[in-house]
Amino acid sequence: MYVAVKGGERAIDNAHKLLADARRGDRAVPEISLDQIDNQLALAVDRVMSEGSLYDRELAALAIKQARGDLIEAIFLLRAYRTTLPRFGASEPLETGSMDIRRRVSATFKDLPGGQVLGPTFDYTHRLLDHALADGGEIEEPATASADGARFRSVAELLADDGLIEGDEAPAGEVGDLTREPLSFPAGRDLRLQNLARGDEGFLLALGYSTQRGFGRTHPFAGEIRYGSVDVEFFAEDAGFTVPLGTIFMTECQMVNQFAGSATRAPCFTRGYGLVFGQSERKAMAMALVDRSLRARELGEETGSPAQDEEFVLSHSDNVQATGFVEHLKLPHYVDFQSELGLLRKLQAEFHAANPQIDTPKDSAMQDAAE
Amino acid sequence: MSAPVYNFAYLDEQTKRMIRRAILKAIAIPGYQVPFASREMPMPYGWGTGGVQVTASILGPDDTLKVIDQGSDDTTNAVSIRKFFVKTAGVETTTRTEDATVIQTRHRIPETALTENQVLVYQVPIPEPLRFLEPRETETRRMHALSEYGLMHVKLYEDIARHGHIATTYAYPVEVGGRYVMDPSPIPKFDNPKLSDSAALQLFGAGREKRIYAIPPYTKVKSLDFEDHPFEPYRHDAACELCGATHSYLDEVITDDKGGRMFVCSDTDFCEQRRAEGHAHVPDQNEAVHG
Repeated sequence: MYVAVKGGERAIDNAHKLLADARRGDRAVPEISLDQIDNQLALAVDRVMSEGSLYDRELAALAIKQARGDLIEAIFLLRAYRTTLPRFGASEPLETGSMDIRRRVSATFKDLPGGQVLGPTFDYTHRLLDHALADGGEIEEPATASADGARFRSVAELLADDGLIEGDEAPAGEVGDLTREPLSFPAGRDLRLQNLARGDEGFLLALGYSTQRGFGRTHPFAGEIRYGSVDVEFFAEDAGFTVPLGTIFMTECQMVNQFAGSATRAPCFTRGYGLVFGQSERKAMAMALVDRSLRARELGEETGSPAQDEEFVLSHSDNVQATGFVEHLKLPHYVDFQSELGLLRKLQAEFHAANPQIDTPKDSAMQDAAE
Repeated sequence: MSAPVYNFAYLDEQTKRMIRRAILKAIAIPGYQVPFASREMPMPYGWGTGGVQVTASILGPDDTLKVIDQGSDDTTNAVSIRKFFVKTAGVETTTRTEDATVIQTRHRIPETALTENQVLVYQVPIPEPLRFLEPRETETRRMHALSEYGLMHVKLYEDIARHGHIATTYAYPVEVGGRYVMDPSPIPKFDNPKLSDSAALQLFGAGREKRIYAIPPYTKVKSLDFEDHPFEPYRHDAACELCGATHSYLDEVITDDKGGRMFVCSDTDFCEQRRAEGHAHVPDQNEAVHG
């Protein structure tokens, strides 16, 4: 005799205990520390901070540990914490032009003021598994050069000097925040950029890639990609002056795209912009491509490709929302399923009543089995 | 790194005020989807974050909370949400429908009639009833503004033309207070009549989609239909094999691998109370063997 299932609560507790056990793994293996994650899995920490919209390396490292290395789960943990934090205000705009450069490359000029600075990069490494790394060992001290205090003017700035690229005036009015006001369409570029900055790296990568393959082509050039530290400042209204809050590492991508002009304006290059926490050139570049694509309507271009579709892109970029809804299919749906089942049986009965010459599914299943 | 301290019922008071404003607006315009700045919650989107935010915003220390999923208090997600509020708000919880002041639900309306002292909070996955007819929010908002619901009637008509029946069996669209067409969340259409003229306030929260809507008490809610194809609630033609109820919504349970099955009440509290009152299944000679 069936008895309504009880004991869900104990089952959940036990499942979570099992999770904690699996997270720790073999007790003979030393437990990983947050410092180790922060230092040696730094790019994972960067991604979690970026898509988690919270710059805190230690909390991001904790989230990665708690999530067993599942970065979307870690992003979710960080977001759920971030949303409970009180909001004091918005920082002053970051001055990425004054960035303390770790890396800066341009694909549009062979050389430029400040030069090409390769910095720490996977580019040009041969992707051969390095067995020496498996055992650990001494790492050579890297070569360094002293910063000469030069301000690295951005490629976009240089182009703007000659009027070759559109301006990037500050938006009129207050900058929006989609974590405080629900997003509505059409969305301003400020909100689109915020959405993309929080958006899933893989999703933006695929969308950016699709524009390169002809689904909303934008003729992009990587004008400049820079990675380094910038100061964050906050205007304290009580004190009446700007106070420094600290320094954060960021990656910025200025994409230079095909020109646009009009009867009243000479043609000039257009911009796509990407900015993310930490070092993530893939995300910053993909973001810049998609940002530019989403400007299709504003620039009077043909629209219709997925990456140009604001509602499509902005509504599906958030991996915390996406993973939640996809995975909610694991939740019980038997009430709805029963309704569907009831209707289906009724429709089948009506079908078989009207078509007595056709075998019922049961008969044909037996036939299949016999064959 | 400092250990996080959380407010009563998790959400900070500023956020609760924002959500309460959205709720008040929703009550003032029955069936209208009010956008709100939905927060990340510590459970995944699609697992009840909208309902949880609504519950967190209306819950007071004196409330008694009941949480159900598929009609049952004991399904994993209902247990998880109930524990969440025990932990963050310390409120009393119950499984008895009549003892609760706030009931959060997924996919069902309790069988026991609700009272004026109760609020029913629905978890909503897709709040837009027109979404699967028109994917664009910009379009659907315009359609609601103009009461342009022809598309929905065409869809229902096409169902009849194709199947002989309206093929929507859950999340069956309703018209609220003679104005807005509304998605009642994926409740089976069996539950639709309970939406109308309910003594309790009904609130709907969609977290991922950032919408709140409401049916105030004693509001007329009409399931969409045609004169020649009137709305018909569906129910398995059987009695509950535990309590013998012939008027409750039933879950079908597969009992063995030979096609054996039985029907039991989906609302577990309702079923338990009936059994406590001495109701039992009376086996019918003709239905002794199923399947």
